[in-house]
Amino acid sequence: MATLGPAQYSPYPVAVYEGVLTPPKGKALLFNEIVDEETAMREAAKAMLTRDNATIFPGPQVLYAWNEEATEKAKLVKEMAEVLNAKIIPMYDYRPKYPKIDPEVEINPNHPNLTIWHNKIKACIFIGVHCHYANVALKIIRSETDCFTIAMCSQAGHEDAMITLRD
Amino acid sequence: MQSVENKEKVNKKGQRLVSADYILFEAPREKHFMTGSEAVKEAVKRASVDASVSYPITPQSEAAHLIGELWAEGYVGVYFRGENEFGVMSEVAGAAMAGARVITTTSGPGTLRAFENFPMWSGTRIPVQLVLMARGVNAPLSIQPDNLEVDFLLDTGCMIWYAENVQELFDMIIAGFAVAEQPDVHVPVITAVDGFFVSHTREAIYLPPDDIALEPYNPYKSPMPVIDAEVPPGRFLRDPFVMKSNYISYATHASWQWEVRSAIERSRPYAKHYLKGLIEEFGDKDGDVVFVACGTAASQAKEATRVLLDKGIAAKVVKLKTIRPFPVEEVLEATKNAKYIFVPEFNVVGWLERELRKVLYKKSNAEIIGTPRVAGGMTMPTEVVVKEVLENIK
Repeated sequence: MATLGPAQYSPYPVAVYEGVLTPPKGKALLFNEIVDEETAMREAAKAMLTRDNATIFPGPQVLYAWNEEATEKAKLVKEMAEVLNAKIIPMYDYRPKYPKIDPEVEINPNHPNLTIWHNKIKACIFIGVHCHYANVALKIIRSETDCFTIAMCSQAGHEDAMITLRD
Repeated sequence: MQSVENKEKVNKKGQRLVSADYILFEAPREKHFMTGSEAVKEAVKRASVDASVSYPITPQSEAAHLIGELWAEGYVGVYFRGENEFGVMSEVAGAAMAGARVITTTSGPGTLRAFENFPMWSGTRIPVQLVLMARGVNAPLSIQPDNLEVDFLLDTGCMIWYAENVQELFDMIIAGFAVAEQPDVHVPVITAVDGFFVSHTREAIYLPPDDIALEPYNPYKSPMPVIDAEVPPGRFLRDPFVMKSNYISYATHASWQWEVRSAIERSRPYAKHYLKGLIEEFGDKDGDVVFVACGTAASQAKEATRVLLDKGIAAKVVKLKTIRPFPVEEVLEATKNAKYIFVPEFNVVGWLERELRKVLYKKSNAEIIGTPRVAGGMTMPTEVVVKEVLENIK
C-alpha cells in the first residue's frame, strides 16, 4: 500500500496508481516496500497483537471450499485466532446485503467498512477471500477506516493491503 | 524462468502440455508461410482452448472458420455459431465464467454490435481472448485495414495488445493467455492486428512443433468464484449496485471499476516478460525524428526510416506492443531526445496521437505531428510517410 489519499475523483485510493504492484514470488509487501516474508510476518503479528479488536476475516475459500486445503486452512485460522487472541468474523457471501448487514456476525466485501466501524477493528487479516473481492474490499477499508489490513493470499497478493503475503 | 513442465502430461490429442515460456522461448521453430488467419489457427492448436464461438459474417477473416476446423479435428473442446456478434460475446463470457479457456475473433461493425459485452467481460474478470482483425467502423462497409474500433475498445477494462505481423500475432495469442490468466490480472485480452494486411496476406512465420500445447487453464485461481453447481450463473451480477441508490452502493461500484483498471496495470511485468518488452525500437536510437506507431503503420514507418537515412535524416520507430496498459515509462524514455514525433495511423480520428499527447503532456518538448493518417482501407505508402516528414521538419 502506498500513501493514503483519494485517487482522482474516486473516494478510494488505488495502490497501483501510486506505483505499487503485487510482490514478486517469494517476497511480501509492507506498505509500498518489497520485503522478505519473515519481515512481513513479524510486522503482521505485531499489528495483530498490539492493535485493538484484531479480527480475522476468513472468506469462502476457507469456509466453503470442500477440499483438504480448506480444512487445513480453517484449522490454521482457528489456531492463529487463538494465538493472536483475535476475533473471527466470516465473509460468507459476496453478494451486496441490503438493507443492511449484521456487522456483529459478518463482513461483506462490498461494504466492509460497516463491520470495521461497528466493531472498532484496528487490525485485520483477510484469508480465503477470492482476489477480486479482497481487492474491492481492501480499497474501501483503506480509505474509510484506520484499520491495519493484512492479506494472506494463496495467489499473487494484494497491493491495497498494508501487508500482503502471497503463494 | 520455467522450463518444460508436465513432461508426462498429454492432452486428448496426444500433445505434450508445456508452459508458455517453453512454447515462446525454448521450443525449436520451423519456418512456414501463411496468412494471419492461419497463424491464429496454429496458435489455437497449441493453446489448449476449451471453447470458441463464432459468427460467420462477411469475411472479416477466415480465423473463426479455421478454429472450427480445429474443433472438427479434436483440438478445441466446444465450438458453435452464435446468433450474432452480441450472442457470440455473451456465450463466450458464459463459457469463461464456467472455467473454460476461450477465444473468439471479430472485427469492425461486429465489434460494436457486441460492444456491451466487453466491459462486462472485464467487470466479471474473465480471461477471454479476442483476436480483433481491425477493419474500421463505417458505412459503406470495408474489409480493408482501419483500426477505428480500437478507439472504442480502449476503456472497456480489457488489455489491448497490437501485433505488427503474422509472427507477432501467433506469439501474442500464446502470451495473451499466459498473461490474462494470471490471478492478479485476470481480465480479457484483445489481440489486435490490421485486417487484410495481416489477416489475409501471407508472410514467413516460425512456429514451434504442433505436438505441444499450453498447460490447461486453472479456473480455480480466478479472482472470482467459478460457476458450478453451487455457484449459479450471475451470482455476482444479481442484485446489482445500480438497483440501489445510496452512497455505499455507488462507492462499491467505483471501487470495483478501479480494481478492474488496477488489474490491467498489474499485467505490465507479465507482458514485459512474454512480449519481451512493451515497445520495440527500430532505427537510429539517437534520431531526433521519432515515429510512434502500432501494427502495420509501424512497418511502414520502419521502411521510411531507411529512406530518410538515405536523405541524411536520422529517425527511429517506437512500436507499441501494448495499448492497454499503455507503455508510459517506455515511451517517455524512448522519446526523450525527440525533436519531432510523428504518429502514423490507420484511422480517421487519430486515437494513438491523442493517447500519446496525454502521456507526453508537459513531459516532452517534441513537436507531435499526427500524420500521415489514412482510413477506410487506404494504404500508407512509405513515400507518403517520408513526404510528411520532409514537409514538417525544419
